[in-house]
Amino acid sequence: MFDWMTIHKKLFNKLLFCKMRNLYSPLLRHFSQSSLPLHRNTNVQSAFCTQQNVQECLSHINQEVSSLGLPTVWVELDESSDLNVVTVLNCMYDLIQLHHRSLRTLENIEVEQLKSNSKLDYLQLSTTRLKEQLECSKRENTGLLERERQLQQKVKSLQNCLKNEKEEVQKLQNIIASRATQYNHDMKRKERDLNKLKERLNQLLADKKERKQAIDVLNNIGRADGKRSVWKTEKTEAKHEGEMYKALLSDYDARQRDLVLENAELRKVLQQMKNDMVSLLRLKKLTQNGVQNQCNGTQVEEDGFDPSKELFCVHACEKLTNSLRLQWRRLKSHVEQLDSQGIETVPRESHEEEMDKLKLEVQQCKDLIQTQQHLLQHQLNSSCDEIASLRNDGYMLQEKERLRGEWKTLEEQRSIFDRERKNFTEAAIRLSHERKAFEEDRATWLKHQFLSLSPCGDLKKPLLSDTTGASSTGVCLFLQRPPVDISTSFEICISTGGKNTQMPRSKPAYCGIKCH
Amino acid sequence: MNFSEVFKQSNQLCKVSPDGKYLATCVQYRLVIRDINTLQILNLYTCLDQISHMEWSSDSLFILCAMYKRGLVQVWSLEQPDWHCKIDEGSIGLVSSRWSPDGRHILNTTEFHLRITVWSLCTKAVSYIKYPKACQKGLDFSRDGCYMALAERRDCKDYVSIFVCDDWHLLRHFETETQDLSGLEWSPNGSVLAVWESCLEYKILLYSLDGRLLSTYSAYEWSLGVKSVSWSPSSQFLAIGSFDEKVRILNHITWKKVAQFEHPAVIDNTKATVYKEIEKRPTVTSDEMSLHNITVASSLFSTQSKYEISPLPVQIPVVKPDPDRANPKIGVSALAFSSDSRYVATKNDNMATAVWVWDMQKVRLEAVLEQTSSVRCFQWDPRRPRLALCTGNSKLYLWSPGGCVSVQVPAEGGFQVHSLNWHRSGDSLTLIGKDQLCLCYMDTEQDDK
Repeated sequence: MFDWMTIHKKLFNKLLFCKMRNLYSPLLRHFSQSSLPLHRNTNVQSAFCTQQNVQECLSHINQEVSSLGLPTVWVELDESSDLNVVTVLNCMYDLIQLHHRSLRTLENIEVEQLKSNSKLDYLQLSTTRLKEQLECSKRENTGLLERERQLQQKVKSLQNCLKNEKEEVQKLQNIIASRATQYNHDMKRKERDLNKLKERLNQLLADKKERKQAIDVLNNIGRADGKRSVWKTEKTEAKHEGEMYKALLSDYDARQRDLVLENAELRKVLQQMKNDMVSLLRLKKLTQNGVQNQCNGTQVEEDGFDPSKELFCVHACEKLTNSLRLQWRRLKSHVEQLDSQGIETVPRESHEEEMDKLKLEVQQCKDLIQTQQHLLQHQLNSSCDEIASLRNDGYMLQEKERLRGEWKTLEEQRSIFDRERKNFTEAAIRLSHERKAFEEDRATWLKHQFLSLSPCGDLKKPLLSDTTGASSTGVCLFLQRPPVDISTSFEICISTGGKNTQMPRSKPAYCGIKCH
Repeated sequence: MNFSEVFKQSNQLCKVSPDGKYLATCVQYRLVIRDINTLQILNLYTCLDQISHMEWSSDSLFILCAMYKRGLVQVWSLEQPDWHCKIDEGSIGLVSSRWSPDGRHILNTTEFHLRITVWSLCTKAVSYIKYPKACQKGLDFSRDGCYMALAERRDCKDYVSIFVCDDWHLLRHFETETQDLSGLEWSPNGSVLAVWESCLEYKILLYSLDGRLLSTYSAYEWSLGVKSVSWSPSSQFLAIGSFDEKVRILNHITWKKVAQFEHPAVIDNTKATVYKEIEKRPTVTSDEMSLHNITVASSLFSTQSKYEISPLPVQIPVVKPDPDRANPKIGVSALAFSSDSRYVATKNDNMATAVWVWDMQKVRLEAVLEQTSSVRCFQWDPRRPRLALCTGNSKLYLWSPGGCVSVQVPAEGGFQVHSLNWHRSGDSLTLIGKDQLCLCYMDTEQDDK
């Protein structure tokens, strides 16, 4: 029952809230007014209930009322559609009570809402305020930290100062102490001297015999410079003064001379430097752009300065130094310019390259020297053993002789070979000529034979019987002809094993010859 | 290099005559004159008491022998051995005696510096100079012998008197701007007189010959000041060594500092060569320890040494001086220019084993010689840039721009070299020990390392 009631209450509240939202404005004042329009327009017929749908309305209202938890207004089973006025009035009263209650809760809720709103506002304000406070305090904190740091630094520096002062004080104390010891020492010494003096005085006063000073010389010796001594007079005094001043003056003279020489040297050097700088700047200006003509002009004007003259006046000296300073400034600016342009790096790079090259060269030379040294060492080592070398030499000579002999024989053989080849070729040429002649003869003979065909027929005997054993390759036809011409025409030299062998003349040898 | 035999001497009194021909030594109360080359005794004189001081006259004809205890000065003649001269100061006493530059007057300073008595040997006349100051170097003769500068103190004020040595005429007398004058020195050309204060204040005054103040130089205040002063032979530079271990060089034109040489304990970042003396102990094996060897000996007791070039950085041993004592052993106490004014040799007292050689042309350190014991004495060769030094052992050390060498003095029984003196020709050295003396003759060829 309780649970149902709470659920119901929740539902009721929800409904109420919805209704409130939908129908009523938050202000209570309007509530009663707004609540009325539904019922106020009694003049206008309510759209809800008409004559026709009374039953439905009733049932609907019943439903609604029951849902609200109130006893029903009308029992449906009852056929008479007459409403029980009492129940209806009770229902209405209950509804009104409900309504009042809901109004009250609405009030409460609104109050609470206001309260919470105001609380929220208050909290927001307080948070912003607190945030500001926090910011403030943070800033203060950093400020304080800064101050603390500064103070600490001050403290440190003051400590340093204090330390220095202490050291100085210590040093001064040491100095005072050493001075005090020195003073004491001196004082003691003086006191001792004084005491000795007093004693002496006493002794002298007491002493009856006073020993006087005396000199005992055998004879006077002459002065060192041989001259006679002079009386002291004003003249001598003046002379002494004069001599003294002379000595001083000569010393000053000498010093001045030295300084003048030095000055001249230095001036020369400065002049040279200035000239060098001028020429250098001029060159550089030419290589760049000759815009600054005025500088050139001034340079020319200064070149007229004659360095050979010894100028003692202050102006000339000043002029020289000023011009030198000017040139130097120019040179400096120029160099700075070059620096900024980056041209300076080139000579440095080339310089580095050159250095590398030179280093390489040096290394190579060193290697070469080393290898040469090694070789030299080897040679020396190898030629160290004299007997072995002599022996080696002997062997070498023998070998050489033998080889020389062989070379000679080879040369001879080669010359012989050449000769033979020459003869050979000549023979070959002759042979070809003779063959040709022979063939022509043959041809003519054949012709004759042919022309004179009938009488002699057994003359066709090969001439092969004359030829002995020699292989005649290629000789097609041998005719009966006296082979004297051919055989005597050439000699064939065949060399076998270094010996010239000659075929006998009588036998014509066709060995080795091919002829067509 | 040849060494003579060792002779006896007393009081470190051995001096070569100014003309370089004779050597005079004192043995107790005897004066011995030897020929410098043959070392043969030429003359022998006998004095009345033990000789405290001995000096040659400038013309090498006379020698004075002073006996301070007795207050006597005896003068001997070389040409006439039987000539005699005796000066008796009487009851007034004698603390110092010296020749005048002309070789005919003797200046005796009486006890307590009451006065200076000028005795003339030509006329037997006597002159007195009152109120001389008792200080480190209160009297100086100019190099040409014309003038004498004397520091005086009257009424608690310092004065300088300049006398003409001819007739002792007082040329100039002026007050100096010093609190307590400690020393004075003529420049070699005789035209400037340098006057310096005691070590309590760093102040050096330069006066011209006629008494005008040319310049004042003060490097710093309050700390201990000037310890040593030296003119360069050309008179161009004045070197001042001070207690702050620095040497300041002034130039003669402006009298302003042109260079400053410092002596740091760690030498680094310099082109100078540092020579370190290394002692080689001879190894003695058991079979060598025979009696013969031990008696023969000097080789066992004296060790050979040689110089080695130390690579940079080099640490020089420093001895901190006692802060409670006066005149502390710190600062540059010895300064010497070479004869051509090219080099300066310095010694810093708290690095007593090192000698520093500076090049004046390049104004930088040239060499440092680190010895095994404290350097006692060094002197430049009068003819060439060669420095000889000794440290109290039996060796002689020589430095030249070509290198340096350590030479053992061959003497029996050990000869400790305490000081040395060059002969004016630069060909020989006199080595003086505690009571012995030895001569060293140089060869013509230069030394090698």
